[in-house]
Amino acid sequence: MNDISFKEPVRQTRGPAKKSESGKPVKVLKEHIVEIISDSGEGAQRCGQSLGSIAAKMGNGIWTVEIIPAEIRPPARSVAGASGNRIRIGQGPVSNGGDNTGLVVAFNEQVLLGRVRSGELSGDCIILLESMWREHADPAIVASYIETHDALKKAGYRVYEIPMERECLALVSDARRGKNMFALGMLCSIYSLDLEVAREQIALTFGKKAQSVIDANVKLLDAGFIWAEVNLDFKYSIPATRAKEAQIVVNGNTALALGVLASGMEICSMYPITPATSASHYLSDVLERIGGIVHQAEDEISACAFAIGASYAGKCTVTITSGPGYSLKQEAIGLAVMGEIPLVVVNVQRGGPSTGQPTKAEQGDLMTAIFGSHGDAPKVVMAASTIEDCFYSIITARKIAETFNMVVVVLTDSNLATSQQPFPRPQFSESWLAPPIDQSVIPPGALPYDWDKTTGLARRFIPGQPGGEHTLTGLAHDRASHVAYDADINEQSIHARSLKLAALQKTLKAPPLFGDQSGDLLIMGWGSTKGAIEEAVELMRAEGHKVSSMHLRFLQPLPPGIGEAMRRFKKVMTIEGNWSDDPNDEIIDENNRRYSALAILLRSRFLVDVDCWSEVRGAPIKPSTICGLIRGKLKPAVKSKQAKAKKS
Amino acid sequence: MNMAATECLLQMFEEHHELEDYQSGVPRWCTGCGDNAILTAVQRLCRNEDLRPEKTVFVSGIGCSSRFPHYMKTYGFHGIHGRALPIAEGVKMARPDLTVFVNTGDGDCCSIGAAHWIHAIRYNMNITVMLHDNQIYGLTKMQASPTSPIGTKSNTTPKGSYLDALNPLTVTLGVQNVSFVAQAVDWIPESLYDILSAAYHHKGLSFVRIVQRCPEWLPKIHDPAMHDPNRILLLNHERGLKLSPTLAKVYKNQLTHDPLNIDRAREIASSTDPIPVGILYHNPDVPCYEDTRHSGQLRTTELIEKGLNKEFDKVTVWPQDAEPRAA
Repeated sequence: MNDISFKEPVRQTRGPAKKSESGKPVKVLKEHIVEIISDSGEGAQRCGQSLGSIAAKMGNGIWTVEIIPAEIRPPARSVAGASGNRIRIGQGPVSNGGDNTGLVVAFNEQVLLGRVRSGELSGDCIILLESMWREHADPAIVASYIETHDALKKAGYRVYEIPMERECLALVSDARRGKNMFALGMLCSIYSLDLEVAREQIALTFGKKAQSVIDANVKLLDAGFIWAEVNLDFKYSIPATRAKEAQIVVNGNTALALGVLASGMEICSMYPITPATSASHYLSDVLERIGGIVHQAEDEISACAFAIGASYAGKCTVTITSGPGYSLKQEAIGLAVMGEIPLVVVNVQRGGPSTGQPTKAEQGDLMTAIFGSHGDAPKVVMAASTIEDCFYSIITARKIAETFNMVVVVLTDSNLATSQQPFPRPQFSESWLAPPIDQSVIPPGALPYDWDKTTGLARRFIPGQPGGEHTLTGLAHDRASHVAYDADINEQSIHARSLKLAALQKTLKAPPLFGDQSGDLLIMGWGSTKGAIEEAVELMRAEGHKVSSMHLRFLQPLPPGIGEAMRRFKKVMTIEGNWSDDPNDEIIDENNRRYSALAILLRSRFLVDVDCWSEVRGAPIKPSTICGLIRGKLKPAVKSKQAKAKKS
Repeated sequence: MNMAATECLLQMFEEHHELEDYQSGVPRWCTGCGDNAILTAVQRLCRNEDLRPEKTVFVSGIGCSSRFPHYMKTYGFHGIHGRALPIAEGVKMARPDLTVFVNTGDGDCCSIGAAHWIHAIRYNMNITVMLHDNQIYGLTKMQASPTSPIGTKSNTTPKGSYLDALNPLTVTLGVQNVSFVAQAVDWIPESLYDILSAAYHHKGLSFVRIVQRCPEWLPKIHDPAMHDPNRILLLNHERGLKLSPTLAKVYKNQLTHDPLNIDRAREIASSTDPIPVGILYHNPDVPCYEDTRHSGQLRTTELIEKGLNKEFDKVTVWPQDAEPRAA
């Protein structure tokens, strides 16, 4: 194969093609899920991200998910070491990572095994496997490769052995640094993607490197493309329904960082923690260019205290963290609540408790977000449910924080953080930005905590305002900010801080229902599960099931209209990525069953018998899983334990 | 970073303030508590420097000394235990136009807030830090603190404390970027004032450890130094403090020490008897974090819009029929 001459590669047209120029039949797909996996450091992530960007530029809907090993450098060829990217490509918009993988490119059989064993591949998945291991010097590796290869074939997978290493070595001296672009070329051929767009993408990706680097990678891309055209007996096309308006393609953490820029916040105070840090990486690069700063504090507590200091001085500040860091900030968050200092805290949730699963998705921090800190510490809690939401939530959060002088917690998770999905390019609005710092004179007699009787709101005095001098304190205080041990004053101040949540609640709109306004089953969700839930609901509705869903953006306070909506359905259940007991467990019954977070909130607030289903598998919940749940829930239960208990 | 309205405001007329302009409420410290002496010195400093009350912020943590801001008629932030320094840093970063002081105790700074203390020295922001060091926890009623002398009997160390006292001066002098370290004692008001004034005038983080008495829990501990002037070592230098004739007459134990000499400063700092009083280290050339970090750009709406659109351009997929707009 080394003698492939560099003829001008075949140009693909952008529409659906019946036959490619190489004469292969082209199968038109509605969507497909493709994975590229390798050892850490072999570039599969870059290959996958590039594929996602190319497809998005062709106008396809995409959702990319990073496959990240927990270790920085896991041993080579290890089952747990798979590193790469999973891209769901659709004709139209794609709202989640979808179900099982239809095609995988694997750089060795061990990383592939990890994916097979975790059930990520569909039964008839196409596997493009690096074949160099068949001729490896180490007989143990050869044996392992052959054994795995044969087993996969026997299991029904369509395995193609690809001499990627050999093909790349014909062009570059170190194939380890180029195989990913060869793979990208193959994928462009397989999915009939425009090679010119791919070349542009490479130029963009390696933009900061020398032209020779770009040229070498383009050569590898072309080689991969030609190799697939000549040697593979299948070819797909996912014709794009292009969006009519400009789209931006970013992951959730970048969207979040862009939201910080757009919100007018000037300072981001943080401490490194996975999976939140990439938002701050991005901000470190761009916030300074518009006259802001990212402060990397000595610890999470300091990051929060620094943000509080800056907010107190008149510039509402954001601190971005994840679960363990969020716990460390709790005391300081209580101070901001007590002092009524606006503050935006972002928690990019990961698997917990403790260090848990730093790179994996979980929705385990809802309760701590709402009820965290100590004493009665009312704060606003929002959850982003899409990549686009990560952007707009921060703008909204800053506004609420400054309007109500409250802490606003924005929850995202590692699913949103690392996933890419296009959304309409935002049109900048001046109204997103913070107003200038109030430095006007405070009239004589005005008090720093002059709580309004109805709303609990008070005008905040900012340093620099003549006549507003007072000492803000974390101690119980009266309207003049004087330390107060008086029982009435203490109760009044707690009342005022609590009222602000009610005042905000009065301004919120009822969340829309996805599906009919009434029916047999209502699914309630929050956060990153939105796309998967709505896709499943749509599928089930097409099958005739009377199921709808409602996704909550505000978790504290809960918006109006939820109770009424829930009562219009025969059954209500939440689907969440956190822990809840399975009622069918041997010692679990209604007296000890632990419900998932949103279910607890809804049950206690609305006195509706809300059921729940949740999983903590560290991966986004799949639409097919939810479809199964809906079918099960709408089927009359015959053998459930509760039914048995009721009979006896 | 723009200072918008705040820094650009012109002071149209001379302002003059009296001591009363800085006094707020009656301090609830014990009679004879060193905090009272520090409060008086600071109020004098504010008056003499004509600090505008609305542009001055005192930040504190938790403890007896952290009540300090409540007794100043300026802006104040009485925060949480150990976190005065990061709060003050946030204030200063957002508003370099404000004059920021920190009042912190030996528990607040050297125990629960020790990490912030080390890093505050590294950041070297233009803040005046007063360490009210009475060598005991007072507000929580007599527990040994990191600076309690070994053998101090307290409620948590009834047989006497087990560890050698931490020396806040040598620790501070050991951290990179240190720019101003001084020591004062609460019972010599003149030198306390002079030292605080020098600290205020230093641009950078000035760290002043004030050895102070706690009449309630450690009433006798400083008696020997109070009763014998020779147990005080007064530091003087043309680049440091010049001693007044009165002071020089009482405190004969004097040392001419160049505050730029950090090695000598560390040696002097390790002495606890006699107690060195004066400026141990002063380097006016250490850059301040807020200056290093501020981009100097005027943060206008246009700048933000332009910056944001530039970022959007990098990740935009344009519709097929639309030509990409010029960035």
